Amino acid sequence: MKRKVLSTLLAATMLTGLLAGCGNSSEPAANNNSEPAAENPAPAETTPAADSANAETQAPAVEAGDEGSVLNIYCWNDEFYRRIRDHYPNYEVIDSTHGTIGDVSVVWNITPNDDNAYQNNLDETLLRQADAATDDKIDLFLVEADYALKYVDTEYTMPVKDLGITDADLANQYQYTKDIVTDSSGVLKGVSWQGCPGVMFYSREVAKDVFGTDDPAEIQEYVKDWDTFNETAETLKAKGYYAASSANDTYRVYSNNVTSKWVVDGKINVDDNIMKWVEDSKALVDAGVIGTHELWSDDWSQGFYPEGKVFAYFGPAWLVNFSMAADKEGSIGNLGGWAATEGPQGFFWGGTWICAATGTDNPSLVKDIMLQMTANEEIMKEIVIADDDFVNNKPAMNAMAEDETYSSKILGGQNPLAMYCAGVESLDLSNLSIYDQGCNEEFQNAMKNYFDGNTDLDGALDLFYKAVVEKYPELTY
Amino acid sequence: MSQSENLTTKKGLGLGPRRAVAYIVLVFVSILCLFWFYVLFINATRSHGELTTGFTPMPSTHLLENWRNLLTKSTQPIWSGMFNSFIVAALSAILCTYFSTMTAYAIHAYDFKLKKFMFTFILMIMMIPTQVTALGFLQLVSKMKLENSFVPLIVPAIAAPATFFYMKQYMESTLPLSLVEAARIDGSGEFRTFNTIAFPLMKPAIAVQMIFTFVTSWNNYFTPALILHDEKKKTLPILIAQLRSADWLKFDMGQVYVMIAFSIFPVIIVYLFLSRFIVQGVALGSVKG
Amino acid sequence: MKSQKQSRVVSYNKWGYIFLIPFIVVYVVFQFIPLVTTVVNSFYENYRSGLTQIGPTFIGFENYKKILQNKDLWTYAQNTLIMWAMGFIPQILVSLLLGAWFSNPSLRLKGQRFFKTVIYLPNLIMASAFAMLFFTLFSNSGPVNSILMQAGVISEPYKFLSNVWSARSLVAFMNFLMWFGNTTILLMAGMMGIDTSLFEAAQVDGATSTQVFFRITLPLLRPILVYVMITSLIGGLQMFDVPQILTNGTGDPMRSTMTLIMYLNKHLFSKNYGMAGALSVLLFIVTGVLSMIVYKATNGNKEG
Repeated sequence: MKRKVLSTLLAATMLTGLLAGCGNSSEPAANNNSEPAAENPAPAETTPAADSANAETQAPAVEAGDEGSVLNIYCWNDEFYRRIRDHYPNYEVIDSTHGTIGDVSVVWNITPNDDNAYQNNLDETLLRQADAATDDKIDLFLVEADYALKYVDTEYTMPVKDLGITDADLANQYQYTKDIVTDSSGVLKGVSWQGCPGVMFYSREVAKDVFGTDDPAEIQEYVKDWDTFNETAETLKAKGYYAASSANDTYRVYSNNVTSKWVVDGKINVDDNIMKWVEDSKALVDAGVIGTHELWSDDWSQGFYPEGKVFAYFGPAWLVNFSMAADKEGSIGNLGGWAATEGPQGFFWGGTWICAATGTDNPSLVKDIMLQMTANEEIMKEIVIADDDFVNNKPAMNAMAEDETYSSKILGGQNPLAMYCAGVESLDLSNLSIYDQGCNEEFQNAMKNYFDGNTDLDGALDLFYKAVVEKYPELTY
Repeated sequence: MSQSENLTTKKGLGLGPRRAVAYIVLVFVSILCLFWFYVLFINATRSHGELTTGFTPMPSTHLLENWRNLLTKSTQPIWSGMFNSFIVAALSAILCTYFSTMTAYAIHAYDFKLKKFMFTFILMIMMIPTQVTALGFLQLVSKMKLENSFVPLIVPAIAAPATFFYMKQYMESTLPLSLVEAARIDGSGEFRTFNTIAFPLMKPAIAVQMIFTFVTSWNNYFTPALILHDEKKKTLPILIAQLRSADWLKFDMGQVYVMIAFSIFPVIIVYLFLSRFIVQGVALGSVKG
Repeated sequence: MKSQKQSRVVSYNKWGYIFLIPFIVVYVVFQFIPLVTTVVNSFYENYRSGLTQIGPTFIGFENYKKILQNKDLWTYAQNTLIMWAMGFIPQILVSLLLGAWFSNPSLRLKGQRFFKTVIYLPNLIMASAFAMLFFTLFSNSGPVNSILMQAGVISEPYKFLSNVWSARSLVAFMNFLMWFGNTTILLMAGMMGIDTSLFEAAQVDGATSTQVFFRITLPLLRPILVYVMITSLIGGLQMFDVPQILTNGTGDPMRSTMTLIMYLNKHLFSKNYGMAGALSVLLFIVTGVLSMIVYKATNGNKEG
């Protein structure tokens, strides 16, 4: 869902030419960056094609006789489609859901994510995979972090090693992006071209009013860990501000830093850090420092405007670039009023992973797409420049982070990339389970009742257990 | 009449005050009904920025802008949604009224062994909520490979006990059996008699039921939500419900209001033209029932 | 001659069966078969865990046991009935009042058509759009709070959807708005059907209009009132769209607005066909019993 948010906004922003963020922020920067980009398309396509990709794409071309003639890709929006169309060598467009790569025709099966439709459709097709005709078999499908393991931890997803991709090929990728698609026996089964490390965005106006400074380094001192953050919240309250819009804003930050899984031996388990979120948030809600709105609700987004009196939001680059109403007159983002700092703990939000379906009849092509789109540094750089994406490539991002000409207009001229990189390096995501999506949703729903004072903690936990068992009947508590 | 009026005026509360109370209550109730649509209209004309500053009773100038944004920036396929809703509702209404009349005619014009049983049976199933068969219905639809198809939304309308019941009641008062007999003597086939004599006589009832079936189908959310997954096949109520789940569209409340207005106001306009008809139709059903 | 006529009648009467064919075929395919598979499903353990299909394994009445042992079902039944009653009681009272006024010739209300048009209007509105509209209107920063704050009624936004009774009231209020117009027109038609000589006789006897209403109108309206009540109750048991969309399917706060069909929908959604089947059968039994009552009531009415 969040990815959908991002990509539709991407599309919208591009269409209207309101490229917020870095694009038109600093003229020299844009020029510096875009110049090589403008000249590069030809070399960028020929160089990798000559070095590695040509060798790669020729190899499948030779084998094409044994391999399928149709590549089926399952996804929920056109983001990956646009990445392939714009950056993958040899991709020829036929129409918006069909194309060709060499002799292979590519079919895009796009099912939107609403109401779980994408997963339902993917489930049905994967379950029929074994009996499907070769040209109907799924070759590639995309997943999001919250439910990645549901697919990765089954034999329906192929280990990337079996495709011939080595650890060395993926050495520059952020570790957390690999953790998410590593199955329970430690086998890597997917790759991603993007990273979505998150930071804390705060309103410069509020910071100046309350702390007398809007300098990220100084503000970081006020929010360096949760205890300090909670104390700071009291200070903010005294001046009539909300520390964050909703308790759900901080949820992801806590839930990314857990030390145990949601389900242990078939029993539902609530991690200590999650319980700390409950405890901290309850105190903050009771003190009237944060609200209990659902993310993406109208109430939640009030803080995008000065009248909302919200100090901070938590999120990755795309949140501030595309989602926080920066194109709307009078919003904080429009005035360049936000600033970024690392915040209490590192986290990530969003991202899309590419998985190969077992039984694919185009393994070499799948391998090539994975490598080109996630490990080819030239293409990765192209993506950064053309699509304003945060790519899954440490050297590329570190170079951008040190680039003093890169700055964000929404963040009042700050270059936040170094902060994005810092938090996410330390992230440990080995505690994912196939139940994450349901558990995260139901936990936040249930706790909203506790925060709103409609029940006590035990009541909310009972509600959570009940709701999870309805979703996953095999679990106990 | 005049006598009763005289008598009433002698009572404690005169006719004048009673009438005044009645008007006050009616006006209040009408406001209660219309207020929400008024707020909807006002908010559909305001930009997101204006909406965040609180409610004002005067409309603003952003209606067209919101509408354009909804069409160009949003991913909601509202035109196809409206088109789909219309196709499903119109075909359901036609099939439902035609075949319900036919079923009613079968019970009304003929005398056969199972007649009483069938009548009772149809009345009984009228009370079964569609939701309890939803599970089996879903499995059947997926076995017949009819997911993402309008067929399972339209064809079941043929078996509509409530419409049948209404038709049967109406037929009793408007279709004398002697008319059917006369047609037979003229040598008309049974099927032709139904189509040329019985059906046209039922026009008022058919019109009323067509409107009701159309509206019910137009507003239906439960079944389409279970069957239609393809974005291009979705009907309006599903698109509306999607507004409630997390979506970027909600950052522009102006668009949300316009979209709700888009799905509500056409019905209201059509209703205003047909209102006399509809209100009478409801009354008619009750007198006969 | 007699036998000849009989045979002709018989040959016509087979058309009765022929004209019933479309109804029967469609009914059997789209409702009866699903009903049977639903019942069959209810005896199996059958769900999807991630991508792994569990079952179908025959487990007898286990699903029923699980549902009936759990207090939840009763809670949701209670919620459904409470919200139905909260909407129905004002609905029937207001409808009786308006119906009496509309049908009272001595009041000679002007603009009747306008008022009838207006009060029937909400009935035609898509419940999903109506619920979505109310959700935005009653959100913390929505217009209703904004109006109340401007009027100085409250100083802080009131969280309508975070409080049990305000959330239930909203659902009930919406049901009331959507249905009272319909009921008014039904009752009005019923009242107009009452023989006016009865009223005249009562008035000659010196009865007040209140007495006339309670002693004459109401008893004579009983059958239609029963009809309205039972159909409304059956409709109430099926309550789904409004609370589902208003609370995004959570039935918050603390599932106090979770209705039976929303609960069923949860199981359908997680592809737990066994539990969904059992729940459907239980709902079927409840509505079946109510249908019997309707049938008895309407039949009794005809004989009386």
